[in-house]
Amino acid sequence: MCHIIRMYTQALDTPGRDCGPAPDTAALEARFQERVDADEKIEPKDWMPEGYRQTLIRQISQHAHSEIVGMLPEGNWITRAPSLRRKAVLIAKVQDEGGHGMYLYSAAETLGISRARMLEQLLAGTAKYSSIFNYPTLTWADVGAIGWLVDGAAIMNQIPLCRCSYGPYARAMVRICKEESFHQRQGFEIMLALSRGSAQQRAMAQDALNRWWWPSIMMFGPSDGQSKHTEQSMRWKIKRFTNDELRQRFIDTTVPQADFLGLLVPDPKLRWNESTEHYEFGEIDWQEFQSVLKGNGPCNRERLEARRSAHDQGAWVREAAAAHALKQQARAQSTTTTRSSGEAA
Amino acid sequence: MNSPASPDQDWPLFEVFIRSRAGLEHKHVGSLHAADARMAVEHARDVYTRRQEGVSIWVVRSSDITASDPAEADALFEPARDKVYRHPTFYAIPDEVKNL
Repeated sequence: MCHIIRMYTQALDTPGRDCGPAPDTAALEARFQERVDADEKIEPKDWMPEGYRQTLIRQISQHAHSEIVGMLPEGNWITRAPSLRRKAVLIAKVQDEGGHGMYLYSAAETLGISRARMLEQLLAGTAKYSSIFNYPTLTWADVGAIGWLVDGAAIMNQIPLCRCSYGPYARAMVRICKEESFHQRQGFEIMLALSRGSAQQRAMAQDALNRWWWPSIMMFGPSDGQSKHTEQSMRWKIKRFTNDELRQRFIDTTVPQADFLGLLVPDPKLRWNESTEHYEFGEIDWQEFQSVLKGNGPCNRERLEARRSAHDQGAWVREAAAAHALKQQARAQSTTTTRSSGEAA
Repeated sequence: MNSPASPDQDWPLFEVFIRSRAGLEHKHVGSLHAADARMAVEHARDVYTRRQEGVSIWVVRSSDITASDPAEADALFEPARDKVYRHPTFYAIPDEVKNL
């Protein structure tokens, strides 16, 4: 609040810095919108509407949680990867997801929420994360399908976020997008190997596509008419494209890739429309989406339990690190004291 | 001295600066939590240099940074605004004069 007042009374500023009555919020909001319209970036200490702050906290923390929970379905296959090369790649990918979570938690923290609080919300089950991670990874082909489709959809969503109006989020997304591209390529490579393999391997790849196609399409969120945040988020330039625009773009780029693999997209209504130059596709089962989002997906409970147990089992590490830091600090202080008393003597 | 980490709360926040290669300056890349400065360097390696992005890392506690106030930016930077004569283009030199 003090920041805001000072902008208007800097000439009269006194060391006491008394925060007077709130200035005209409407004027501040208008000035904020002007900056956004002019494609200026908003930085953490800048004035911003409370709704903008809360929207970003919600979106960035959900995004961070998705990265962290997203480590679980793939982590499931690290010990069973079919070769040392695949194992090294998968470890690197899962480590990247952890890193992406860290970038995003940091970006959210600049808005005034602590990481501890965000983790608390995740573990309590009150925070949302991408519904896709509540599906199980039943075969090795699922690791390929996740890289190809899930990371592919994520990239489609994330590239426009690199131009988001909030500086720290945009910067985190630039970093994430750079790293994410290997994720998608390694996934496609797995699918390619399987689809060029034995009949059994081809069937495995097809089965993975059958199970991951629709959940991937749902990752873009509800249709534009149903999306309650889209309009405001677009005005604030948090979002640059609507859910349906991004979904269409994903389908248009992914279907030819499935064709290349010789796999069949599990949608009987899918067809190329010559006049619109887009694919038409079948009805999405939004009931399933809502149900998974509400916690009734195949793995919701398992995912949260895995996170909770990792958090609990890591408690002693956090305690030990804190104790060690305290001891080091005490030791440094006593050395300083000894030295200075030595000098005095 | 800053208060050290406590197990129930977040570890202190550190800002991370990376020198991408010798000859370039350290550049701010982001922040992270760590129990102490040494752990912050190790975490910074894992979080910010997984693809050889750096040859040197600086970390500093975020609470040790003093920043200018964005709300006062106008007043703070105002003195430079009317001093165009600090730029070479301010000076009109005839075309026939070379090497100036």
